Amino acid sequence: MRNVTFVAAVALLVRKDLVIEARSREVIYTAVLFAIACVLVFAFGFVTEGRAEPDAAAAILWIAIAFSGTLALARIFDRERQNETLRALMLAPVARPAIYVGKLAGVLALLLLVQTIVVPLVALWFQAGLFRHATLVLALLVSGSVGYAAVGTLFAAMLARTRGRSALLPVLLYPVTIPVIIAGVKGTAALLQADPNLAVARAWLMMLVSFDAVFITLSLWMFEPVMSD
Amino acid sequence: MTRLFTVVLIVCIGMFGYAPFLIVNAPYESTMGLVQKIFYFHVAAALTMFLSAFVAGIASAVFLLGRRPSMDRVAVAAAEITVVLGFIVLVSGPLWARKAWGVWWQWDARLTSTLVMWLVFQSYLLLRTYGGPGSDRLSSAVGIFGAALVPFVYWSVNMWRTVHPTTNVVPTLDPSMRGPFLFCVLAFFCLYALLLMTRTALETRRAELDALYLSLED
Amino acid sequence: MKRLMCVLATFAVIMLASGRLSAWQPPAAQDGFVPVEQLGNEERLPAAPLVAGAYGVAWGAILFYVWTIRRRLARIERELADVARRVPPGGR
Repeated sequence: MRNVTFVAAVALLVRKDLVIEARSREVIYTAVLFAIACVLVFAFGFVTEGRAEPDAAAAILWIAIAFSGTLALARIFDRERQNETLRALMLAPVARPAIYVGKLAGVLALLLLVQTIVVPLVALWFQAGLFRHATLVLALLVSGSVGYAAVGTLFAAMLARTRGRSALLPVLLYPVTIPVIIAGVKGTAALLQADPNLAVARAWLMMLVSFDAVFITLSLWMFEPVMSD
Repeated sequence: MTRLFTVVLIVCIGMFGYAPFLIVNAPYESTMGLVQKIFYFHVAAALTMFLSAFVAGIASAVFLLGRRPSMDRVAVAAAEITVVLGFIVLVSGPLWARKAWGVWWQWDARLTSTLVMWLVFQSYLLLRTYGGPGSDRLSSAVGIFGAALVPFVYWSVNMWRTVHPTTNVVPTLDPSMRGPFLFCVLAFFCLYALLLMTRTALETRRAELDALYLSLED
Repeated sequence: MKRLMCVLATFAVIMLASGRLSAWQPPAAQDGFVPVEQLGNEERLPAAPLVAGAYGVAWGAILFYVWTIRRRLARIERELADVARRVPPGGR
């Protein structure tokens, strides 16, 4: 185990997480259902006389992603805590940043999997043209998820051993990820207009990418001192 | 330490006592009239709040790197004062906005980013209070994010929408208003130094008490 | 007679409330800074209570915060003295 490279360690961790998830399907099942429930609840607020307000689809989509993301994060790290596997991971002779990146990639894979179900549903229910500019929408979703998951993984990992983590995670996570949510909602809304504004969407996408860079750098730097006793 | 504290305390009380006279005597702003006088405390509190947030962030970062407990105490103190000052800013702001803009609240860059930062530092305190053992390290991560986020939140909300008077209001201020304004900023900085010292001392005493309890158990 | 009074009182309250409600207009959404002069009459609030409120809140918050620090410090000092008494002099 001593010669495990960074990439190999990350790949191993991602495989581990995905194998566990493939066997139980618990997180993905819960998160998708929760996302649908979110969309349903918000639909009552934003739909008047059978039609959704403009921009509502983008907002509902990102809120569903953010909320179900919190649920998935909490559950993933709950699983690690039950058998003290997170502590075992931290004792393993691999670079700490590799552990962070591995968990981040696993969380990201699950978030994107949830989105493959939620995005078509929102497109269908709100007559939103999410597939008109599929590559841009995809880029927004991926970069938004990266930023959200970067902070989420750090916070969920560090909260894994504290009391009251299920309540603390959203309270800590939502204010910090506000820039990601704003950029995601506004970028998607620009694409969902009757006359899609590609330039605006690209500007928000660039912002999302820069947020990702900042969030990942900060989290990589902080993961080790925060997680070690 | 105590000598300095007494001097700053006297200066601070004097400044806060004198500030109302300066504010009352300052000229009326032409478009907003009397309500503009909120400006002197509102902006001074906001500036101090941002200073406090950065103090909390830097102290958190230093604590996370070097594990010096004294830095953590400064971080807690700064975070708590950020929340108190944020409360003043977030209450006095809408009172001004009601008169100047006709609405209590606008979702503009300054207001929204202040609210977000206030929430981040509230969650910092929440984590510290209810997080249990080890929450000092965890909350320092929140503190760093809180301070580092300020420009990004501001930038993103600025692109989203903006109506707040822009930053260039302060340099272009009428000279007769600038005096009282700078006086108030200075008064708030003095107050901040005092509060930070006292609150850090409180945290130090608490640590001493905990150490005493520990030695009692042995 | 009592019942009539009750009905009248209820009626008066409803009238007052509806009058209040119709007098209150939801503020129109604005996209920019609008000087006070351009606002309607009902928008022209007296500024003095707002200014007084703002300064009151600022002073109140600061004084309250100082008071909480003082209280917490006093409690810890008391506890410190209490514990110090229980620790044998050479014990630490």
